Formats: sequence, C-alpha cells, structure tokens
Amino acid sequence: MAEQIALEGNQAVAEAMRQVNPDVVAAYPITPSTEVVQIFSQFAADGKVDTEFVAVESEHSAMTACISAALSGGRVMNATSSQGLALMWEMLYIGASLRTPITLALVNRALSGNINIHCDHSDSMGARDCGWIQLFCENAQEAYDTMFQAVRIGEDLRVRLPVMVCYDGFLVSHSVEMVKVEEDAAVADWVGPYVVDRPLLDVKKPYTVGPLDLQDFYFEHKRTQVEAYPGVPAVIEEVGASFEAAFGRPYGLMEPYMLDDAETAIVSLGSTAGTVKDIVDAQRAAGKAVGALKLRAFRPFPADELAAQLAGKKAVAVLDRSMSFGAASAPLYSEVTSALYARGATVPVATYVYGLGGREILPEHIEQVYEDLAAVAASQKADTQPKYLGLRE
Amino acid sequence: MPSLKELSTRPEQFLGGHRLCPGCGEGTIVRQVLMAADKPVVAASCTGCLEVSSSIFPYTAWNIPWVHLAFENAAATAAGLEAAHKSLKRQGRCEEDLHFVAFGGDGGTYDIGFQALSGAMERRHRFVYVCLNNEAYMNTGIQRSSATPLGAHTTTSPAGKVVPGKLTPRKDLTEIMVAHDVPYVGQSNSGRWRDLTGKAEKAFQTDGPAFLNVLSVCPLGWGTEPGKAIEICEAAADTCAWPLYEVVEGQYKITYRPKEKKPVEEYLKHQRRFAHLLKGEAGQAVIAQIQADVDARWEKLQNRAETK
Repeated sequence: MAEQIALEGNQAVAEAMRQVNPDVVAAYPITPSTEVVQIFSQFAADGKVDTEFVAVESEHSAMTACISAALSGGRVMNATSSQGLALMWEMLYIGASLRTPITLALVNRALSGNINIHCDHSDSMGARDCGWIQLFCENAQEAYDTMFQAVRIGEDLRVRLPVMVCYDGFLVSHSVEMVKVEEDAAVADWVGPYVVDRPLLDVKKPYTVGPLDLQDFYFEHKRTQVEAYPGVPAVIEEVGASFEAAFGRPYGLMEPYMLDDAETAIVSLGSTAGTVKDIVDAQRAAGKAVGALKLRAFRPFPADELAAQLAGKKAVAVLDRSMSFGAASAPLYSEVTSALYARGATVPVATYVYGLGGREILPEHIEQVYEDLAAVAASQKADTQPKYLGLRE
Repeated sequence: MPSLKELSTRPEQFLGGHRLCPGCGEGTIVRQVLMAADKPVVAASCTGCLEVSSSIFPYTAWNIPWVHLAFENAAATAAGLEAAHKSLKRQGRCEEDLHFVAFGGDGGTYDIGFQALSGAMERRHRFVYVCLNNEAYMNTGIQRSSATPLGAHTTTSPAGKVVPGKLTPRKDLTEIMVAHDVPYVGQSNSGRWRDLTGKAEKAFQTDGPAFLNVLSVCPLGWGTEPGKAIEICEAAADTCAWPLYEVVEGQYKITYRPKEKKPVEEYLKHQRRFAHLLKGEAGQAVIAQIQADVDARWEKLQNRAETK
C-alpha cells in the first residue's frame, strides 16, 4: 500500500533510489546532498538493493564511474550539490555527449566563493549548457516523484540523456513534509527495466567509445547531439501523464497557477514557487488578477510552451535564484525573455534576483513583486536591471 | 606463462594501422599486456598518445570494447566498468567473466590521474592499471611530469645555460602503489616481452587491483633512434635505472638482476634528453647524482627483496 509518511526531501529521494534499485551508485558526500548517499549506502549494506555502491574519492570520479557504468549497461544514479557538481563539470559534458542516461539528484546549493552551504541555483545554472536535462522540484513529493520520471525520461530511446533532478538545499532537502510513498512493486513496474541498446560489456560486439573526433566529424556529431533535445519536452509530458495515470499526481514541463485569466504573472523555479502560489491565493482573495508559472523543465528550455502560457499577459516578473556574472541578465530571465521576444511577444518582463546563499525569501517580497507588476502593467515598461529581494544595499 | 609460439596464436586485440610513432613502446606494451589475458578484456584509456593514436574517428585499433572519457580518470573509468559488471553478474544479467584494464600515460597516472588511481586501488576494484611510462607529457609536446627523471631535458624543464634540465628526481609511483597494499604491483619495460607478459598474466589473475608500471621508450621525447628501443630497455635494466621487479602480496621479487650492473651513462648516452649532461663538469655532477640515486634505490630494492 502507498502510504503518507513524514520525510525530509533527501530521505524521500533516497527512498525513491531504493525503489528504483539501480545497478550502480557511485557517489561522494557533500552538504546538503550527503544524506541521500548516506541513507542509500545503508540500504546497500542491509541488502535492500542489488546496487553496487561505490564510495569514490571525488565527484569527478563519481561522475566518471557513473558514465562508464552506464555505458556498460547498468542503470546508474548519483547525488551531489554545489562544488561537487562544479568538480563534475568536465564529465557532465562527456556524459551527455555519450548519451548516458544517468539520474543525478542535484540538491541546489550556492557556489564558492565565499563558501556557503545553503540554497541557491548557481550550481544548476552553471551546468545549464552541458547537455543534461534539468527538472526543478518544488517540494519533497515532487523530488520523490521526479526521481522515477527522470529514469524513464533519460532512458527513453528517443532521449538517451542524463537527467538532473534539482531541489532546493535545506529548504526541501532537510525539511520534513508529508510524502506519499508508493508501493515498491508499483513504482518498480512503472519504471520498468533498463533497455540497453549497446552495452560496452558485450565483448562479442566490441566498439570504441570516446574516440578522438577531429575537424572532419566533431561538428556533425554535435549537430546530431543537438537534435536530441527538441523531442525531449514531449517525452517529459508523456512520462508525466503516464505517472499521473498510475499514481494520480500530474507532471509536465511547467505548472501554471491561476494563470489563464491573470493579467500579471511571476515565473519561478523550485521551492519559491510554493510561496508564490500562496501569495497568488491571497491576492486573488483580494480581487487581484494575478497568476504564476512554475517552471519544471529548465533544460531543455520549453520556449514555445512558456511563450504560449504567458501570451496576453500585461506584465511578467522572473525570479532568479542565481546570477550570471557579466551577462546581460540573470539566467532564468534571459531564457524567458529570449523565448518571449523571439516569438513576437511585447510583454514587459521585470527581473528579480533573490535568495543567494540561502537568504530567505519572504511572503512580503513576493507581494512587493506583484505590486511592482501592477505598475509595470500600467506603464508597459520594465527595468532591464534586476531588483534584489531581501538584500541590504 | 605461455610459450612465445602459443602467444603468437592468440587473437590480436590491438590492431595495426594505429598512428603511434615508429619505435614507440606503447603499442608493444598494449599488445603484450592484452595477449596475457585468459578472458575477454574491456579496456579504458586516459587522454594521451595511445588514445589519440588508436581511436581517430571513424577508425579504431581496438578489437575489444574500449572507452576513453577524459585525462585524469582512467582508473575511475575502469572502476565504473568493473562495478557495473559486478552488479550485473550478481543479478544474473551478465554471464561472462571479464577482465578490465586501464591504460594511462605517466602524466595521466603520476600527475593528473593520481587521485583517481589511488582511490580505485584503495577500493580494491578488480582491474589491471597499466602505466605507459615514457616519463613526460609526450602527446602535448614533451613537457615534464613527476615521472620525468632528474636531469632530463623537456620543454618545461629545459636544459639551459644555468639550469641542467629537471632539477628533481622522479616520484617513485611503483612504491606508492606498493604502499596501497594492493595484491600485485609490477615494474617492467617495453623491451622485454617475457618479463612484461608474465607480469601482465599475474596481474590479470590477481583477485583485486593490480598495477603495472612499464617504462615505454619514446623516440620523439627522449631523442632516441626508433630502431634502438629494445637496446635502450636493456640498458635501463642493466644499469638499474629502471629495475624490473614485482611485489606480490607485499613480497618483493627482483625479476632481472644484471650480472654486472653498468654505470648509468650506458643508459643515458642513447638519449638526447640527457645529452647536455654528458658534456662539461656541471653535467657530470648531475650524472653523479643520478648514479647515486639509482644506486640507493637499487640497494633499497635488494634489501626489500631479501627480507621476508
């Protein structure tokens, strides 16, 4: 029987990993993702999984071993945060280029320096161009559910890409919430076996992986790789619909909230989307036509779908939990405006940066954004420079 | 140890047509190591001469499953292969018994891949790590590594008017691997097939990690005649500049003892990377240091081989 249990986000994710029962987990501890690895290693020690658990000596080796294990024909999972992801950076590109379907729980944390262990999205955003699918989760339930979906999405023969399941450090990873944990057999059946098309360990059909690829072929290979991404959003939706049919919780590329008749909207990622929804409720109760759009898939970026959702709004605000130093704008804002304006939209989009290094985002900050949006809607002008929420200037 | 005749009938796993330089030791080492395996082998390589010369897309010299991921992680790559195999075998999803081997140059082994190597050895993955040791970063144009010997000229430890090549002796990686208490560690060279194949055979049969440090003659980087590779390996062994030995479960065994230990110049004189040492007093002083270093290491090795 599925049951409701009070779990921390990390516990829920480790539980999902136990239920997926991957063939190999190669991982390294780092706050705030450590618990995932720690709990999972106990599952391995207690014989609750068939997994070969490899406690590697660095995140670089963790991702390396995950890639070679996935090439071998194993289903592979891993968890990390922040500097750990940064150390994997070289291997993230290689894992995506070699089309290895690895599932990585990325517990979002700020990047050094200075060193900070708390939540922001700099780690995800630093890796946004490496070719991984990135799905953001609002809470422990979504993180738990998305771990299963990530396996199906990444392993889908139309996709064959690694997937990051991103959830907010401490805010989700260490907060206790009620999580509906499904039956082992039900989720195992839903996930299904890993269909390996060309395992490297098949010595009867030897092949060469990761060759030297020069001027005469590299470009064509990158061209074929980029072809993989436009089809991914449909698979994310398909897998989400299948998950809903099996377990009753709907998932897609994004979650519109009171958006249809909204005049203004806030676009956000992760746990903050929950706070935004609360404020929408309060503002709606006060008769204001506001809405929200929680983005789940950041990579591939669902530009068409996002533009369609925001069509006809009078003003939009984008909340970024990271910065892109020296860039024209923060990462999410940059993607949203690029999606909108390339599709002919003229809606003014305001940019906000918040919550770096775990700085709290409070209901009044979100209220302020909606208040600002009313003015933007009236003037049809938005500042191109970000406003900082909760910052001492 | 199979006979040469028998070895010659084993299937070729590393094929001709690769683009290693004439006289390079690496192709020889790879063929001989793979020949020593009694089960199918899956290989990993780090970035380096072997990788760029054997895998230029769409060609490959590898007749076995082979993977290259990056520079610093051949050991971690092999660890992932071995872990997946262990898991799949345990679950009955892979029937075959396999051997795993990782090939890394000295840059990818002594330097940038050192951490991954140490980790994989400590975790006791069952695979053979082979260091193709040509004592510098040859693939990028002969830069010094921590395997480069004292006095050698490289492009980043050049012999100049005041500096006589590399100022520090090489790191003794073989001994560092012995200190990991792995069940098999061997040191060999690219010129002695019987020594190398015998050690590789033992390495493959080891139930746990095995490490082979194989001196690989590099005509380009060392400034040697391509036709003299075997002779140079002999000189390395006869001068004890690169002693041949193995450590099995902590027990040292010297696998070649020269009847008469030759002065180190007999090894250095074939190589242009040491040419600056062979003329003038400053050079002679460095040679004396090299000789003292070789003597001390040989003495230590003999003591270890004698004590049980």
